[in-house]
Amino acid sequence: MAVPARKIDMAEALLAAHPAPGGEAGWAASARAAAASRLRASGAPVRRDEYWRWTDPASLTAPAPTPAPLPEATAPVFAGVDALEVVIEDGRIVSAPEGMEGVEIATLADAMSRDIHWAKDLFGVLEANGQVPVTRPLAALNTAVATEGLAIRVTGKAPRPILLRGRRKSDSADAVLHHVIRLEPGAELTVLEDGGPGARVNALIEADVADDAALHLIRASGPEAERRGVWQLFARLGRESALKAFAIAAGGRLTRTEQVVELTGDDAAVHLAGACLGDGDDFTHDDTVFVIHDAERCESRQVFKKVLRGTAKGVFQGKILVKEGAQKTDGYQISQGLLLDERAEFLAKPELEIYADDVICSHGSTCGAADENALYYLRARGIPKREAESLLVLSFLGEAIEEIEDEDLAEILREQTAAWVKAGA
Amino acid sequence: MLAIKNLHVKLEEEDKVILKGVDLTVEAGKVHAIMGPNGSGKSTLSYVLSGRDGYEVTEGEASLDGEDLLDMDPEDRAAAGLFLAFQYPVEIPGVGNMTFLRTALNAQRKARGEAEMSAAEFLKFVREKAADLEISPEMLKRSVNVGFSGGEKKRNEILQMAVLAPKMCILDETDSGLDVDAMKLVADGVNALRDAGRGFLVITHYQRLLDHIKPDVVHIMADGRIIKTGGPELALEVEKNGYADLLKEAV
Repeated sequence: MAVPARKIDMAEALLAAHPAPGGEAGWAASARAAAASRLRASGAPVRRDEYWRWTDPASLTAPAPTPAPLPEATAPVFAGVDALEVVIEDGRIVSAPEGMEGVEIATLADAMSRDIHWAKDLFGVLEANGQVPVTRPLAALNTAVATEGLAIRVTGKAPRPILLRGRRKSDSADAVLHHVIRLEPGAELTVLEDGGPGARVNALIEADVADDAALHLIRASGPEAERRGVWQLFARLGRESALKAFAIAAGGRLTRTEQVVELTGDDAAVHLAGACLGDGDDFTHDDTVFVIHDAERCESRQVFKKVLRGTAKGVFQGKILVKEGAQKTDGYQISQGLLLDERAEFLAKPELEIYADDVICSHGSTCGAADENALYYLRARGIPKREAESLLVLSFLGEAIEEIEDEDLAEILREQTAAWVKAGA
Repeated sequence: MLAIKNLHVKLEEEDKVILKGVDLTVEAGKVHAIMGPNGSGKSTLSYVLSGRDGYEVTEGEASLDGEDLLDMDPEDRAAAGLFLAFQYPVEIPGVGNMTFLRTALNAQRKARGEAEMSAAEFLKFVREKAADLEISPEMLKRSVNVGFSGGEKKRNEILQMAVLAPKMCILDETDSGLDVDAMKLVADGVNALRDAGRGFLVITHYQRLLDHIKPDVVHIMADGRIIKTGGPELALEVEKNGYADLLKEAV
């Protein structure tokens, strides 16, 4: 079917609004051009597209961001964590990154101007792979135009996490960030993200996790009334490797987290978890996940929990594809919406596509109000209604936070979530 | 202490009258038992007193130390000193038992204008109470009632009662689902709380719980009314002859 002209025009307008960087190495220029072609071929996303039916992409595809007032100054979520900090202010990396033992870090601009073979093998490659069977035009846009980001190569166990700290001074900065992360065999790294890097965000991580390596990604976005953005992850996992990603968003207008993970080595594991505290009109929190099992005995686990008040909308589109030969696959998926108002909505589309005969795949999706019996029980013990409700909200989200392996980081997020819930109550 | 006068209650959603004029007074320091056949309204009485949704009081009143209970939210009734040990304790995944107990105690203290208890103080306090009921520290860490056996759930109810130290305790079929040993443990927990300032209303089908928690007064409830009141011998009579004779007598 021909792509509607409107989608193509929008794609052109997006490319025009974000001039392609010049002066890059030949391979980089080719990767940019290929990505721009992908975007032109698919067109910009519109609501008629299958995977955008429930989330209106208009604010993400407008040539310029909707101005977003600066959030109130609060302590960053991971303020107390001993980490290698990289500050991203209004979409620009402002603190010069330095490496640490077992970790090489360069800016994307630097990597794109040189001939770094691992970056060359990764930049735009996983994103391009992830365009089939569903096109992801905003990811193609990102690859075509992103000038800011990091190229991280990990050769051992990173002694500290890398912390990407977003900061804003402008109410209209359009942050387009592209990070490439390569974990060599046996390497380990945790990447934390807090704050907000722009009024509108199009962030993308390509992660290549080699055999026996482990990558942890944890993102916490605090209350920012007008935040709009798409966060994309394209990952490839080698033998016995692990990827564990967690993201929580409090408030914001539009948060779309799109994750495409391909398990290519036997015995690999991917755990994806997410949560939100959503309130008010015009709030959409969307998790769109595609996990591809293409090796034996791999495990995938998805746990998504959304707390929705007012007319907030939660969206989950999660697919597990088990390819032929991916025997002994263990796939699990749960998505749940807690609706605290009658007008809130949770829309879920779990999908399984299985071409191997010896696999376990289970999925579940639930949606409902706070448990009346539990509320009554808590109140009968003297706990006021709002506090009882908050306890139930925290217990609901707790199951997603539990997915974080590092107990200290999980505890920070538990406390932060409790503070967010309290402030909103 | 607890005064119930001419209480009439119907289900909110249907026109079904459950309580048809209950009169009952429990004095401080006394244990009253309510016995009665299934469907007589015993559990409804406990729910209405504790403030569960879904019931409509059409007539009558209920007060605790002179304070009108029926106008209060469930949490205010608890802060006023009313406690219901549930027949079916609710499981709350993800809320730690300890967090639950401390939140409840401090919410009640706050409502009464008392100082809240610190985490360290509370830990010591609750561990002592738990040990008496053979509740392990591990059970305190687990989610409220999740994965607890029937007996553990009932012991957990009594632990809450011990921690919250209410003035008026209502036990709704606390003996259901308990074996003899568990029943004894629960009864010991209740008996340890008996004192001159505290009233008890023990709702049960069977006399056997009353062997362990000796009542001062026994009421027989049927079809939404108290049809007979007597001493402990009344429970023994029910045990021997069933409810049939009493029901006939009442007609």
